[in-house]
Amino acid sequence: MDRIKEKIGKTRYTYILNTLATILLFAVIYALINFGVLNRYQSLLLIPIGFNIILAVSLNLTAGYLGQLPLGHAGFMSVGGYASALFTLAVDLPPAVEFPLAILIAALSAAVFGVLIGLPALRLKGDYLAIITLGFGEIIRVIITNLKFTGGAYGLKGIEKHTTVTWVFICVTLTLFIVQTLMESRHGRAILSIREDEIASEASGISTTFYKVLAFTVSAALAGVAGALYAHYLSILDPNNFGFMKSTEILVMVVLGGLGSTFGSIVAAVVLTLLPEWLRSFSEYRMVVYALVLILVMIYRPSGLCGKYEFSLDRIISGEDEGLKKIKAIFHRKKSGKEEVGE
Amino acid sequence: MDPVLKIEHLGINFGGLQALDDFNIQVANNEIVGLIGPNGAGKTTVFNLITNVYPPSKGRIMIGQHETEGHATHEITQYGIARTFQNIRLFKDLTVIDNVKISLHNGMNYSLFEALFRLPRYWKQEKETERISFELLDVFGMRDNAYDMAGSLPYGAQRRLEIARALATYPQVLLLDEPAAGMNPSETAELMETIKRIRRDFNVAIILIEHDMNLVMGICDRILVLNYGLIIAQGTPDEIKSNPVVIEAYLGQQRSE
Repeated sequence: MDRIKEKIGKTRYTYILNTLATILLFAVIYALINFGVLNRYQSLLLIPIGFNIILAVSLNLTAGYLGQLPLGHAGFMSVGGYASALFTLAVDLPPAVEFPLAILIAALSAAVFGVLIGLPALRLKGDYLAIITLGFGEIIRVIITNLKFTGGAYGLKGIEKHTTVTWVFICVTLTLFIVQTLMESRHGRAILSIREDEIASEASGISTTFYKVLAFTVSAALAGVAGALYAHYLSILDPNNFGFMKSTEILVMVVLGGLGSTFGSIVAAVVLTLLPEWLRSFSEYRMVVYALVLILVMIYRPSGLCGKYEFSLDRIISGEDEGLKKIKAIFHRKKSGKEEVGE
Repeated sequence: MDPVLKIEHLGINFGGLQALDDFNIQVANNEIVGLIGPNGAGKTTVFNLITNVYPPSKGRIMIGQHETEGHATHEITQYGIARTFQNIRLFKDLTVIDNVKISLHNGMNYSLFEALFRLPRYWKQEKETERISFELLDVFGMRDNAYDMAGSLPYGAQRRLEIARALATYPQVLLLDEPAAGMNPSETAELMETIKRIRRDFNVAIILIEHDMNLVMGICDRILVLNYGLIIAQGTPDEIKSNPVVIEAYLGQQRSE
């Protein structure tokens, strides 16, 4: 493996590896759906899993990497959702042109709101930031409820159902690509340094205001993308679905997965989307079990399911992966434990 | 030669408290200036004013040709001021090398776009940054710890890393706030050598706040003594040692019986 790596250069190798893995993953999902391994209900679940991943990963950018706690993520999602839905309702283009444009519009409009809200809000820290973003999230919801062209409290109906598993897959891949490449650059390091120590970061020559607003805006734009997927999946938008509870739900995913771990956000988004579905048979006890799971994870793994662990295919193949090492160590311990009993 | 740092009539009051008043200093290139005084005399306040953490109530500060008034701390860092902190402020949950790389942020200029699409400039500058970071770590004997978490380092090493991180911004003036705090005598002696070496190799002026008199007397070219926000004495280490005003500020007045 190392010889191949040397031959084509380490970084290009990683690129090829990740591209191949992404294509393979898509092929597997596609095959699972088309050969009927996943039934229609299960394959439709892939869509909410997808936009929840985007929501969690994008919130992790501000909550986990930037270290600020915004509580208005659903607000950005609704901006993206409404902007894209109004666009597709207004124009009549072939879906293959219309939908990507709608997603782009969703991202841009949510980004604009991200800057507008981020600039004043990010002057505050901690609890204050949480409260002010909570307020902004609610303001967006109330405005949408009272505007005419958004359908008001009745919601926006008849949105074309453009969201397919393929589109969701593309958007998730792009989200992960953007977040990962951003975080592995000087810009990403600047964002991390703000989380670690804002005063030291500023003293190291980093414009903390700029990078806070940048991270906040990228995060908002990605939430907008998730909103677009959401709108064209349900085909109806109700402002009440973007309230404080939705923001909390996303935050729970991020915290459960591990603040500051994109991989953790993905795992938690998948688990927390599927959990309520699996628990359908418990009917009214569903939310109790859901809450219990959260409480237990927080007691036994306060740093979240994955802590700060990041997934890297390259590291796994070369055997340098921390997670893999831990799993190996557990197996090793079990093995040697058995031997001791035998003696 | 022009001073690298020139401070004139600097003063600040917090509410009714005059924390610093009429503070003047000119620091020449490659000079080591000691700033001493009892607790609460306003030493760290001087650093916070230079870096504009607090905007001064009066006076002005010139870094080379740049006036600091109205500029954010990160801009002042780019003018050539770097500092360490009294209570260590490292990026604890990041690796040692990332701590240094963050300070090299402004040494790079590839854009967000270039970062996202990994264009050639990204690779070139990241590689260069990595090389410089390792060089800096070498100076402080920390190459082997490059991928350790900064927070897991022993105390002395954390202090050294903080200095390395400050130097990575290519400063003209380095502000060290009690670098020897909590160090034992042998560590302090080592630190003294390090500071001398920094001055020589990096060609910087250093302003040093320190309570350890051996260190201050051993390396400073001149010393300023602050008490209640005022400069009460300045001069060479030998002059300061025998200055009655300084002795009084530190030990109190001898009771005349």
